[in-house]
Amino acid sequence: MSIWEYANPVKFMKTSSLVLPWATGLAAACLLGGLIWGFFLTPDADNFGSTVKVIYVHVPAAMMAINIWGMMLVTSLIWLIRRHHVSALAAKAAAPIGMVMTLIALITGAIWGQPMWGTWWEWDPRLTSFLILFLFYLGYMALWEAIDNPDTAADLTGVLCLVGSVFALLSRYAVLFWNQGLHQGATLSMDSAQHISDVYWFPLLLCIAGFILFFVALVLLRTRTEIRLRRLKALEQRERMA
Amino acid sequence: MIALLLRDLRLAVRAGGGFGLGLAFFLIVVTLVPFGVGPEGGVLARIASGVLWLGALLACLLSLDRIFALDYEDGTLDLLVTAPIPLEGAVSMKAAAHWITTGLPLVLAAPVFGVLLHLPAPAYLWLVLSLLLGTPALSVLGTFGAALTVGLKRGGLLLSLLVLPLYVPTLIFGAELVRRGAAGMEVRVPLLMLAGITAATIALVPFASAAAIRVNLRQA
Repeated sequence: MSIWEYANPVKFMKTSSLVLPWATGLAAACLLGGLIWGFFLTPDADNFGSTVKVIYVHVPAAMMAINIWGMMLVTSLIWLIRRHHVSALAAKAAAPIGMVMTLIALITGAIWGQPMWGTWWEWDPRLTSFLILFLFYLGYMALWEAIDNPDTAADLTGVLCLVGSVFALLSRYAVLFWNQGLHQGATLSMDSAQHISDVYWFPLLLCIAGFILFFVALVLLRTRTEIRLRRLKALEQRERMA
Repeated sequence: MIALLLRDLRLAVRAGGGFGLGLAFFLIVVTLVPFGVGPEGGVLARIASGVLWLGALLACLLSLDRIFALDYEDGTLDLLVTAPIPLEGAVSMKAAAHWITTGLPLVLAAPVFGVLLHLPAPAYLWLVLSLLLGTPALSVLGTFGAALTVGLKRGGLLLSLLVLPLYVPTLIFGAELVRRGAAGMEVRVPLLMLAGITAATIALVPFASAAAIRVNLRQA
């Protein structure tokens, strides 16, 4: 079981067709369970009222937005170093999902910010760096769209992803320096005590698991589509040659 | 490499307005801003450093697609790839030529445009210093964007979408340096960060640009 086996599209198609229904089903179960639990079965928070419930969408989406870029960075590296075709296609497949996650995080944040901060938008470091991340996703996708030759496109977007990662990180810290923010600190973290009571914590955990599984299912589905698209193009080309 | 630099400079001058065009664009931006925000000196003085930085960014962006386009079309780029000097060096020289024709004139002219925008007196030194430190990074990053889009027919808009997010850290620290310098605050952090970003960009990004050019020439 190594990732190099899946450089073979046939093998990848076979395994992913087995995994896909499970990932989809589990994602649906986790999301439905987590969201229903979160929206209807938890009490309103003392100082946030019912607006606290946006957390079940906002936090997982924001987490995914950042981690999907990280996943694209890893898959791009694997492609650039070892010419792993499926890996490049997975990076391409992940980008629009990451962009939508960023958008969800920004929009749910605005919906929450309106009653709580009294404004839809504030040039706060976290908000600003998410907007910049959104622009990076747009540029990455636009470059994929613009280039015809698939290998050239994979190479160039891979290089862009590497350089972009460094600058996205740099922007994150530059923005921190540029303006002090309204946004509260991280709700969840690995190394410090959690700032959230168990009532909200468990449904949130379920939602995060749901978002991750949902992403896995979508990436598998979109990668499969890309592989089929490429096969179709190869077939068309063969027909034209004959 | 020096010969390559001189060649690019000569081409820029003779092919019409290498130095002038960027400056003229900068002047137009500076002229239009008071129409947009109103002519009161107080408002202009507050936003002057930001406007000048944005103007420098846009003026730099305008000439980016010409860095490689002509060389790509007439085959010079293929010769450069096979030439005995490393492509990374050639790319650095291209960036240097771009900076001398667009960045440097802006740095020198910025104080004049500062007068038009009522830039407060203590800010002049910091404005020139920040542009001097920051604009080389803009040219080098722009060269990377141009290298990515060199094979495309209409890369212009895409180029700005790719390059502008990369300019964010430089813009933040550059504008912050002027703001803090003008207010008499501590400037060490933005100064060092700006210089550091530019130095690292000059050192590392040409490798990415050269890689992108090799990929683009491979298919042709």
